[in-house]
Amino acid sequence: MSLLERLFANVWFTAAVKVVAAFALLLVAVILLVWIERKIVADMQNRIGPNRAGPWGMLQTVADGLKLLFKESVVPRKVELGIYLAAPIAAMVPAFLIFMVIPIGRPFTIGETAVTLQVTDLNIALLFVLAMSSLAVYAVVLAGWASGSKYPLLGGVRATAQMISYEAAMGLALVPVVLLASAQSAGDVGLGTMSLSRIVELQQGSFRWMIPGWFVFWLAPSFVLYFIAAVAETNRAPFDLVEAESELVGGYHTEYSGFRFALFYLAEYLNMFNVSALAVTLFFGGWLGPDFGLPPWIAWVMPLFWFFLKTFLLVFLFIWLRATLPRLRYDQLMDLGWKRLIPLALVWLMLFALVTAFRTWGAPWTEALG
Amino acid sequence: MAEYFQDYITVAVFAGFGALLVAAAVGVGWLLRPSRPSAAKATAYECGIDPVGGGWSQTHIRYYIFALLFLIFDVEAAFIFPWAVRLEQLGLFALVEMVIFIVILLAGLVYAIRKGVLKWES
Repeated sequence: MSLLERLFANVWFTAAVKVVAAFALLLVAVILLVWIERKIVADMQNRIGPNRAGPWGMLQTVADGLKLLFKESVVPRKVELGIYLAAPIAAMVPAFLIFMVIPIGRPFTIGETAVTLQVTDLNIALLFVLAMSSLAVYAVVLAGWASGSKYPLLGGVRATAQMISYEAAMGLALVPVVLLASAQSAGDVGLGTMSLSRIVELQQGSFRWMIPGWFVFWLAPSFVLYFIAAVAETNRAPFDLVEAESELVGGYHTEYSGFRFALFYLAEYLNMFNVSALAVTLFFGGWLGPDFGLPPWIAWVMPLFWFFLKTFLLVFLFIWLRATLPRLRYDQLMDLGWKRLIPLALVWLMLFALVTAFRTWGAPWTEALG
Repeated sequence: MAEYFQDYITVAVFAGFGALLVAAAVGVGWLLRPSRPSAAKATAYECGIDPVGGGWSQTHIRYYIFALLFLIFDVEAAFIFPWAVRLEQLGLFALVEMVIFIVILLAGLVYAIRKGVLKWES
């Protein structure tokens, strides 16, 4: 056994490597994401966008981060200090945690140890993700409240109402995924079907003819509902009322400056990356994709490539929405959530449950007819 | 069982590591950044004028109703997920039961809408 094999046989060593790798990956992804968004929005608005720092302005985010690190962090007199200081950290940590359950590539073996390309494979990963995205609400409401100022308070309260409304729609939109996954893995009860690695495995094979077996072909309505809810959940345009500059200044982070502000900003992009990665995992086959019969030393890159390509395409959709659509009014936003998305999600859930049941047990009339 | 705990210990380690990393970044910033506090900087932001009244202003009661509604729908989502995992084993009975449950929920939502709690214009 080589040294590498022996090291990876130790679960804690593997876990540590994964944790470090996941953080490195997330930070690089987010740095590139901010740059990509600025570049794409610039193109759509017929501007040039960042082009000075590094090749094509790629290092602009790093430069901005450094600049913010050197900026004075003004703490107003009226803040609730403890909560005020903790809120930016509370915004970042759930964003990190969501990423750790998402499988980004095919598991491989070193020696006799199987190494999965996800930090940990929880058997209730889907619930875990929903729980973490609920926790993200705390950062927003506490930041808004602890600032002791009017605009942040209004922004925080609005953000909370918006995020919890769409949280409910998002959770309901994802139930059919679990239903379908359970039906697909008929009978084999071993691993919970809320495990994201299992959900990816279940999307192998094909739907019809050449079309891959991605869940989106069964669950297109779920994906649409999920995506709309996810845009609102991450406070992105056209649902970015939380930080509507023209009425609320900066929203809940008005009183934050310097690097603490940067943390809220980074958390927003982390969340955008996370919801896209989750959509890819649940609806678009995750890391599944053809490897074109490449030799094994290079073929292991292909799953990673497919995963990041699909995630990027969804992120592009987010950016495209931002560049295209004007912001909604607040009552329109809440109406969309409660009067459209949630009833639609419930009706679609019932329909899909009935269809699944008929597919599994046969339609009730076949039995009645004998 | 060991694997089960190991998974969640990894989650805890990851969360702790993340919080440390973020706190460390803020700490490094604390070493590097200037600090020149002044009375004017320490006032709450209000578009350049002196703040009027307290920072914790009243907010509309409607937000509270949204929080209540959310509670119902989120608890219910937590209830539906286990059902979705085991629908096959639970059989037709569970399906019918869940359909009734969802219809009741929908009726509740329709009631709330008709009652006008989701209306913004008075």
